[in-house]
Amino acid sequence: MTVMTYADAAKAALAEEMRRDPLVWAVGEDLGRGGVFGQYKGLVEEFGPDRISDAPISEAAIMGASVGAAMAGTRPVVEMRFADFALCAVDELVNQAAKARYMLGGQTNVPMVIREPMGIWRSSAAQHSQSLESWYTHIPGLVVVVPSTPADNKGLLKSAIRSDDPVVYLEHKNIWGVEGDVPDEDILLPFGKARIEREGADISIVSWSAQLHVASEAAENLQKKGISAEVIDLRTLWPWDKEAVFSSVEKTGRLLITHESVAVGGFGAEIAATVSEHMFKALKHPVRRCAAPRVPISYAPPLEDMVRVTANNIVDVATTMMDSGN
Amino acid sequence: MVLRYGAIEKEIFLSSSIPVNFDVERYFNHHKMMNRIRAFEETAATANNDGLVLGAIHLSIGQEAIASGVCQNLEKDDFLLSTHRGHGHTLAKGADPQTMMLELLGRKGGICQGKGGSMHIADFSVGMLGANGVVSANINIAAGAGHAIKLKGGNNISCCIFGDGAINRGPFLEGLNWAGVFELPVLFVCEKNGFASTTVTEAMTSGEGGKQRAQSLGIPAEEVDGNDIVEVDECVRQNIKEIRSGGGPRFILCNTYRLHGHTASDPALYREQEDVDEAWKNDPISKCRDLLKNAGVLDEDLKGHQTDALSEMQAIYNRAKQAPWPELQLAYEDVQDSGDPREEAF
Ligand SMILES: Cc1ncc(C[n+]2csc(CCOP(=O)(O)OP(=O)(O)O)c2C)c(N)n1
Ligand SMILES: [Mg+2]
Repeated sequence: MTVMTYADAAKAALAEEMRRDPLVWAVGEDLGRGGVFGQYKGLVEEFGPDRISDAPISEAAIMGASVGAAMAGTRPVVEMRFADFALCAVDELVNQAAKARYMLGGQTNVPMVIREPMGIWRSSAAQHSQSLESWYTHIPGLVVVVPSTPADNKGLLKSAIRSDDPVVYLEHKNIWGVEGDVPDEDILLPFGKARIEREGADISIVSWSAQLHVASEAAENLQKKGISAEVIDLRTLWPWDKEAVFSSVEKTGRLLITHESVAVGGFGAEIAATVSEHMFKALKHPVRRCAAPRVPISYAPPLEDMVRVTANNIVDVATTMMDSGN
Repeated sequence: MVLRYGAIEKEIFLSSSIPVNFDVERYFNHHKMMNRIRAFEETAATANNDGLVLGAIHLSIGQEAIASGVCQNLEKDDFLLSTHRGHGHTLAKGADPQTMMLELLGRKGGICQGKGGSMHIADFSVGMLGANGVVSANINIAAGAGHAIKLKGGNNISCCIFGDGAINRGPFLEGLNWAGVFELPVLFVCEKNGFASTTVTEAMTSGEGGKQRAQSLGIPAEEVDGNDIVEVDECVRQNIKEIRSGGGPRFILCNTYRLHGHTASDPALYREQEDVDEAWKNDPISKCRDLLKNAGVLDEDLKGHQTDALSEMQAIYNRAKQAPWPELQLAYEDVQDSGDPREEAF
């Protein structure tokens, strides 16, 4: 084990995979100088500019050329800089990468990883702060990964690079610097396997990405009020670990889902619907969501904070769920 | 069919205006391919009229010299990316017209298992990485296939064919710039057939068009008569040679005319019949046939190309009509490795 940041853990994963497989390469704007968040720092020195490749500010070409390069036998890791900019390449991702294998009758795979740093971070405002993970879960063909810890960022990125399917890999900007123990060995975390962050008996709180840390803080505070919350980190949203959620809800009878992205049409709705369809009788209280209001993200910190889902919000909702349950 | 000359061969060969060093066998072969493409398209049109083609199909009638002249100059391991109007390109790259026709009819055994149809025709076994239902999208993808060649160190190239309408979408700029910046082995071929759907392309294009735009991005560009198989063939051959020897990307603008409607069901009433009649006089297949006739090739054999192609495609169509629908479980296959696509659906 080595203590590493979330950013460095991903860098270690990429470097290990690039050493293992000469067909893995990364491409994106400013990668030659380490990328805008330093998550590629030092890699060009080891792997050279062809494999840690700079790119013009051509998001559609970064994504589209990577689709072609993946179909032609390489494994590109595509850096989108900000998740928001990936919207300049929606056709390339949604119509091309996600569809090629199916619509060409299985003649090809598109093994590429699309790294999209997302989330609210330091007054980045409406075009540099979004969390759009639920959009991608709606697209057949895509894998959606939302790591919350350094160890997961290593193990999931390595799996993503080895995946034969296109993987939308959403790292949260606000936790680049979060440190944690990261295994030194070749860890490969499977998609669709959640992690129980904390065990509990009264209520299940499901989350992912940076919001997982907020959920944990809420669970801590709930404990002080005598409420035992189980916190589940989904890690990947497609596929997602229904079994883990079901067995937790079986135990607690209460489900609260929290995510940083907008509540309406968010992935929490999918989880709530699925649990209602399959486990209605196990529920002691209607499923609840704690997620963002449907407004763009602001610049001024007090306004930016107005869309944040805080630990207090979660504690309040969880507490009412306990009160009105039986 | 073996190449045979008529009795008057020498006389005509010496007196007519055929190009110097005219390689009769080469163009005899192009003539054959162009006839096969035409026959495939005419048969597809029949199938469309019979109600057996399920989605929209876009015929390349009148543009066969580009398909044959470009794609027959590619090697099997060269990559080809094409357009919604891609049957001819695919056939000339070496795909099997039987599996193509099955795909148009959405039947079992279709090259994409009945999951793609005309606009997604692809045959990876001959390096044909796909038509595309999204105009211009293949420009970036082709640049990327070229990028993979560079990274892997091969001597093959990537070729992208697209329409004159495609130059007005972003991928034209991004993909050509990309190929230029990374000095990739990519041949870009623009089929200037005058139309983008029902719109006269020039009416919606500012400036001088594709060739000048490519040149402004530092990509050597040439313009040819896309209905003249000799011009297309020679230009393509030369450019491919330069690309293979490390010269970076090249662009060729091929002037042509879309003789049929945008789709096989489009009567194209938005243009003058006189213009179409005039354009037929410039039919690339007739032009090639005249050249070969002048070079002394037996007319009977040239006509044979046409009749053989028609009966080949007719037989293919007849077999396709008999084919069953694809196995139903295919609907859920090849989506992705992770997750069950049926979850929560029904
Ligand atoms: C992005 C996108 N916009 C619009 C269309 C609809 N469309 C299909 S073909 C076509 C015309 C394309 O013209 P051109 O590129 O010149 O090719 P041609 O049909 O002439 O071969 C249009 C507008 C599309 N398929 N994709
Ligand atoms: Mg056109």
